[in-house]
Amino acid sequence: MNNGQEELLLLLQKAQNEFGYLSEESVAELAKSLALPISDIYGVATFYSFLSTKPLGRNVIRICKSMPCYLKNCQIIIDTVEKEIGIKPGETTPDGKFSFQLTNCIGACDKAPAMMINSDVYDDLTPGKISEILKACK
Amino acid sequence: MARINSNTELEELRQEILSKRDQNKPRIAVCAGTGCLASGAAKVIAALKEEIKKQGLNADVDIKETGCPGFCERGPIMVIYPEEICYLQVKPDDIPEIISETIKERKVIDRLLYTDPTTGEKVTHESEIPFYKNQKRLLIGTNINIDPKSIEDYLAIGGYRALAKALFDMTPEQVLEEVKRANLRGRGGGGFPAAKKWETTRNVPREPKYVIVNADEGDPGAFMDRAVLEGNPHSVLEGLVISAYTIGSHEGFIYVRQEYPLAVENVDIAIKQAEEYGFLGQNILGSGFDFIVNVHRGAGAFVSGESSALMTAIEGKVGEPRPKYIRTAVSGIWERPSNLNNVETLANVPLIINNGAEWFTSIGTEGSKGTKIFSLVGKVNNTGLVEVPMGMSLREIIYNIGGGIPGDKKFKAVQTGGPSGGVIPEQYLDTPVDFDELTKLGSMMGSGGMIVMDEDTCVVDVARYFVDFLCDESCGKCIPCREGLKHMREVLNNIVEGKGNEGDIELLEELSRLMTKASLCALGTSAANPVSTTIRYFGDEYQAHIKESKCPALVCKELVSYYIEPSKCQACMICLRNCPVEAISGGKNQIHVIDQAKCIKCGVCFDACPTRFGAVIKISGEPVPASLPEKERSLVRGKK
Ligand SMILES: Cc1cc2nc3c(=O)[nH]c(=O)nc-3n(C[C@H](O)[C@H](O)[C@H](O)COP(=O)(O)O)c2cc1C
Ligand code: SF4
Repeated sequence: MNNGQEELLLLLQKAQNEFGYLSEESVAELAKSLALPISDIYGVATFYSFLSTKPLGRNVIRICKSMPCYLKNCQIIIDTVEKEIGIKPGETTPDGKFSFQLTNCIGACDKAPAMMINSDVYDDLTPGKISEILKACK
Repeated sequence: MARINSNTELEELRQEILSKRDQNKPRIAVCAGTGCLASGAAKVIAALKEEIKKQGLNADVDIKETGCPGFCERGPIMVIYPEEICYLQVKPDDIPEIISETIKERKVIDRLLYTDPTTGEKVTHESEIPFYKNQKRLLIGTNINIDPKSIEDYLAIGGYRALAKALFDMTPEQVLEEVKRANLRGRGGGGFPAAKKWETTRNVPREPKYVIVNADEGDPGAFMDRAVLEGNPHSVLEGLVISAYTIGSHEGFIYVRQEYPLAVENVDIAIKQAEEYGFLGQNILGSGFDFIVNVHRGAGAFVSGESSALMTAIEGKVGEPRPKYIRTAVSGIWERPSNLNNVETLANVPLIINNGAEWFTSIGTEGSKGTKIFSLVGKVNNTGLVEVPMGMSLREIIYNIGGGIPGDKKFKAVQTGGPSGGVIPEQYLDTPVDFDELTKLGSMMGSGGMIVMDEDTCVVDVARYFVDFLCDESCGKCIPCREGLKHMREVLNNIVEGKGNEGDIELLEELSRLMTKASLCALGTSAANPVSTTIRYFGDEYQAHIKESKCPALVCKELVSYYIEPSKCQACMICLRNCPVEAISGGKNQIHVIDQAKCIKCGVCFDACPTRFGAVIKISGEPVPASLPEKERSLVRGKK
């Protein structure tokens, strides 16, 4: 019962932080060290939206698509980001600089529309602000 | 810091902390919560520190980086004590002036004060700002006085006094009785009486028992738990330890969502401090009671906020719900008795122990006691967190505190309770907000999200949005929820695209009934609420979409056309230049015309047309007038 599995999510989060995503190797390694079937690890790894089994860019842009942001026209922000970095939600730029995702509420609704880049929140967005924010990303 | 080993030592320490503090010394509190940080609070704080050093005031002024006081929309927020002068939207450039004028000369800077939008009057003190004046901030009111990273600040406002009282002056039975008499109901969604749940877990004759804080806060439009955890983490810890003592648990978990890194940081610090001081760990305060707590981080899954799913997630498995023939209170984490409470529920516990059940029940309504924090967002002037006594009407919250709807628009509806809640129309604005009244309207209190919608919102589109959200978030374990939501999404997509059919409304209603009855967890059983309430209160809008291909709010893209009123067009060429598909023809002194065949309905022309002309209009449910013949398009100026 208590075989260390309660550490799994934490270990996955750590691996993702370290390597940027969960590679086949890190999943296999985890399975071995916790003595769990690989399928169980994948089950957890693919369930959560903040975990990824595909390589992600250095800057993960997550635009909130929840109701408050939707009411404040987040679509125009999504369109602007698409235009600026040339990829659609769910994709990563070929140079590995950006990944682009849509996300559920990030709790910045009072200043919608909002987005996160990695763990920083940017809110009260306008198309004008986007290029400046993206330029500052390394 | 040496551990505190008794109630006396705790009070001595408190006196020592207070005696070191000079109430008259100028203190500058700046909110360093997520909201204000996103609006640049970090730069303001840095500038403040630098300026104070530059002016040689280090010893004369205290700076406090605090948690969120709620008025995030006007952040960064600064409050200067002892006068309680409240400055809003402070920028780094304002700092030198604040130091030399307000701190040194005791002069108020008018420009940074709140301006009453109706009277134009400036408001100096925080407590007089209408947004705050009409609230009752028992839980978040102290945020501006404490640095969440400092346990001394919490002790200075009486922190951990309730824990000492519970441990030394009360038996677990007495604590349970007090919480029961206070009728504290769960703030996480269901409104289930906390004491009842505690009692169940307490009475299960199996060890160990676990207590858990639910800080997964996934409802779109809700962020009150973040503010509490981020701004006053010790209050949640104190409530948690008291619940553990009552239940007889020695190990607890705090499950925080990934999206709240600052909350995790502050909780981690608070736990370390509490361990050092002896409020957590072995032999708490010398009472003989042991309790440890672990922090778990979610990874972005809405359904994992559900009680059984959350417990499965803590076990390291896929965070899906399980059938609850046996309640989690009896068999939860590793099949052990486990009590789960929401952040805000637990933050109320120290208040109840300190002030007594009579005091607590004097606030609120018959069935819902105390206050509730709401996140007021959407189309409302003052967005932010508001804490009010249960029973305040929706109208008071939206108009007196929220300052009404921006831009002279009409109120249309308010959505409460997140995706499990419903949409409440104007005729119920005077409903007192409590658990039972909102449920009667087909909505629910939920965790406290309150999304205000104006006349420019299409309720069918809103229903579609929530169904879409839930469709993505349903774990797919049971068929009614998984397939029901998918089917609903399809029907609603058809309706907003003008492809709705006779009988669609009945179909949606039937699906609603089925999902409500047969789903495994509350995600599924409440998923239909946004749909059924919009059908109930705005059935005519559904009909308009289906029968007349008309979106009355002019939102649904497929049902709206853009048209330039020839009599209003000033041939300014702005829309023409902005149209991404060159669908607008015209020229200098040539009235502009939209080619409907080319138009992709992006709405750029509508936004681009100068408001003083207002020539571009939206049309829905009726044919677009034929364009002017080419030769009649020259603009004759000066003629109306
Ligand atoms: C899909 C779903 C998501 C939920 N998310 C949360 C949440 O994020 N936070 C929360 O406190 N309760 C959430 N709940 C409610 C919990 O299941 C549970 O009722 C609550 O945490 C109990 O605490 P309380 O009695 O103090 O309210 C959710 C329920 C469902 C069905
Ligand atoms: S109701 Fe929905 S979310 Fe809940 S268990 Fe069933 S499929 Fe999963």
